[in-house]
Amino acid sequence: MNLARTDVLIIGAGAVGTALARELSRFEIGVTVVDRLNDVGGDASKSNSAIVHTGFDAPPGTLESAMVVRANPMYDDLCRDLDIPFRRTGAILVAVTQEEEAELPHILAKAQANHVYDVTPLTAQQVRELEPSVTSHVKAGLHVPRESIVDPFLLVAAQAENAIENGAVFLTSCEVLGLRRDHDGFYAETTRGEIRSECVVNAAGVFADTISGFLNIDDFKVHPRRGQFHVLDRAAPLGIEHVILPVPTPITKGKLLTPTMHGNWLIGPTAEELEDKSAHNTTTEGLAEVVEDVRKRVPDVTPAFAISQYAGLRPVREPGGYHFRTFPEFRGYLELSGIRSTGVTASVAVAPYARRLLADMPVLNRVKEKGRFRLKENVVAKRKGIPCFREADTKTKEALIEQDPLYAHVVCRCETVTEAEVVQAIRRRPGARDWDGIKRRVRAGLGRCQGGFCGMRIPQILARELGIPLEQASKKGAGSELLDGRTKSLRGTS
Amino acid sequence: MKNVTCDVAVIGSGPAGLAAAVAAHDQGAEDVLLIERDAGLGGILQQCIHNGFGLHLFDEDLTGPEYASRFIAEAEARPIRQILRAMVIELNANRELLAVSRNEGLLHVSPKAVVLAMGCRERPRGAIALPGFRPAGIMTAGTAQRFINIEGFLPGKEIVILGSGDIGMIMARRLHLEGARVKAVIEIQSCIGGLSRNLVQCLQDFDIPLYLSHTLTDIHGAHRVEGVDVAPLDRHGKPDLSGSFPVSCDTLLLSVGLIPENELSRQAGVRLDPITGGPLVDQHYQTSVPGVFAAGNVVQVFDLVDHVSTCGTTAGSSAARYAAGEIAAWDDRMCRIEAGKGVRAVVPQRLTADRDADEVHFYLRSGSVMRKATLQLSNGGNESLFTKRFRIVRPPEMIHVAVANGDFIPSKSYAASLRGEIT
Repeated sequence: MNLARTDVLIIGAGAVGTALARELSRFEIGVTVVDRLNDVGGDASKSNSAIVHTGFDAPPGTLESAMVVRANPMYDDLCRDLDIPFRRTGAILVAVTQEEEAELPHILAKAQANHVYDVTPLTAQQVRELEPSVTSHVKAGLHVPRESIVDPFLLVAAQAENAIENGAVFLTSCEVLGLRRDHDGFYAETTRGEIRSECVVNAAGVFADTISGFLNIDDFKVHPRRGQFHVLDRAAPLGIEHVILPVPTPITKGKLLTPTMHGNWLIGPTAEELEDKSAHNTTTEGLAEVVEDVRKRVPDVTPAFAISQYAGLRPVREPGGYHFRTFPEFRGYLELSGIRSTGVTASVAVAPYARRLLADMPVLNRVKEKGRFRLKENVVAKRKGIPCFREADTKTKEALIEQDPLYAHVVCRCETVTEAEVVQAIRRRPGARDWDGIKRRVRAGLGRCQGGFCGMRIPQILARELGIPLEQASKKGAGSELLDGRTKSLRGTS
Repeated sequence: MKNVTCDVAVIGSGPAGLAAAVAAHDQGAEDVLLIERDAGLGGILQQCIHNGFGLHLFDEDLTGPEYASRFIAEAEARPIRQILRAMVIELNANRELLAVSRNEGLLHVSPKAVVLAMGCRERPRGAIALPGFRPAGIMTAGTAQRFINIEGFLPGKEIVILGSGDIGMIMARRLHLEGARVKAVIEIQSCIGGLSRNLVQCLQDFDIPLYLSHTLTDIHGAHRVEGVDVAPLDRHGKPDLSGSFPVSCDTLLLSVGLIPENELSRQAGVRLDPITGGPLVDQHYQTSVPGVFAAGNVVQVFDLVDHVSTCGTTAGSSAARYAAGEIAAWDDRMCRIEAGKGVRAVVPQRLTADRDADEVHFYLRSGSVMRKATLQLSNGGNESLFTKRFRIVRPPEMIHVAVANGDFIPSKSYAASLRGEIT
């Protein structure tokens, strides 16, 4: 097997791994990120509630609270630099029973303890003025003005693009099968060959215990907590503009309703403790439970508005809490474990923090000055997004077509996505290698017909751009090919 | 950006759009524009290579492309302007539309009248919240039809089909003939969703197993579909998991309903019927927005293409008459036609009473299978305007009746109802 060398090997291209790669790529450090999946975006990082939290309800005094509270204000600049959509919608926590109402002062106190001082109480009437679709049975609420929404996949992909522009390397479909420390560094055995590195960062999310386990660090376990969601049609007559949060109970944080950056709504998640780290399936009971619970606060929600469902697995560490650990016996190893459902939000604060933890170790000394990593000379700080035809005004539409005639070919009717956008999604680095990658980058196939119309066009563009036969075009990498082969009369032809 | 003016602009060149464009020209519209998103005319008919088209209109048993070719020939024999490979992306209440064409870029079209003929789309997995994994190999029956009949690719080797709509049953036969193994067609209702003739010709003739009153409870396979779980329904219509059984397959096709495509209609502010999913229309197929007409499956999902064409002809000639100032917008003297007892939907839902006008053609769907059914059209009193008896009515098969216009009284409401033995 070939041997690749790098300074820092980051295991996991989810929110945390990718934010750290972008952070490190600003310095004179060789960075390689590996992920077992066929794309960046991770597992939990791309299938969650797409909210940038304030940390108002985090456990006060914890590393998690510190990271989330610090991260939230970073998002305005970050999303501007990355050219991705971000909106400070604010959240309303809605109490619909007396017991829930009685909890509100405690939640407010917790927000203060987390240094989130802008949470304010709302009367029932104020809740209904802000969101008329909330049930008339509402007792009271809290307003959390800085709870925000983002496209979590684009957040990761945009950071990966920027990191690559600054020299980082991303290897997808590259699963780590083993990891050992030798006198000259770490050796990671992967499905794409062996990689030697001076440092290893474990950002493997739900698999963080497996990776640390390779080094015989086995004092914790991670199990998945499944969250099932419905995506609602943007034509649904809901009009909800805030994130609608339930009052958390000791057992569950409950199910929220949130607008998305693309005009849809999400409802969910369930909270199911599982063993199987591949249980990305939805269930009849789980999906019904989501609708039933959200209807307590927004009674107009019905399953008829749903256009899609998904399930995400958020990592639950035992013992719990964010753990950023270094080990004297494994110089250069940094374990970022226990980053749970708040991880997307926290990732942008975790990245600089983790960089300092790396700098504090006696490693990578040749790129350090006075204990800090040396900055590269020409760092590209910003990334430009793929120009979106749908959202452009008529003049811009014309200009886009002028620049690239493929902008005049609409391939996805529901989301008005053009061939030009699909082609760019594939040609970028890291580019889409499969249909899911295209969906997540430019939304083709994510609308209400869910790929009924673009079902043929997308695989054809994929095959053409990747230079592969159509039969190899896949939904999410090898083993998920979309077509079986030629029809009878065409068999043997190409 | 190019500005285009015309008398009548038709959006979509499937059976409804083709008939509308031809009729608009024949009615005297000088300048008719036909806008099609694909590279050729004909719409979805081009992928419907099975027969069964044209029995009513031509008294012949044609394939989809053959049926389309008759209308394409008619359209091409006339000076109808075609804009191919163009998608209409905006339509406003003043009938101005914005299209993006691969050859001409952005087009701003201001027609005197518009015919909406965008057809319908298939209900996807998410709309029925089908649980399980999300692997490759799940697609609607119509997408599979395009894969096979236009592109020449097979979606898989072992197939399960959920839903017994017409496309689902037709694809069961098609895949069987292509050498795939169709292991089950699963229908949640106690009767099939499509036409009886398709049950016989597509499933029974090929011994393809049909499971009525069954549904899917799970989809397996992380990457590609590996199988599904099927369960019978209990007395309350819920899946009875104790009777559940697995079926291994690599492909799951969905034929679980069609929805009129009305994105543009909504943009223009056209009022929609919550039952049909399409615009409310009058007997001219004019919608609530003046000068905007609708034809074919945009209005409601028809059972037979022949009806779609007939409806397109009416809409097209009416649009031409509107452009010439011969038809007015809706007013408050219009009659309302509502779906009464036993009737799920009726089209048209509005009507201008006019003693001199032709008879009005109504298309209805029954709410359930009914024997010895009597259809009545009445205005609430005891007096029935129209009565007709049927040996049997089934929801998938539309009821088509013609009623003399002269009998309607302006501003009145009428209800169509069905009585009979519910089976």
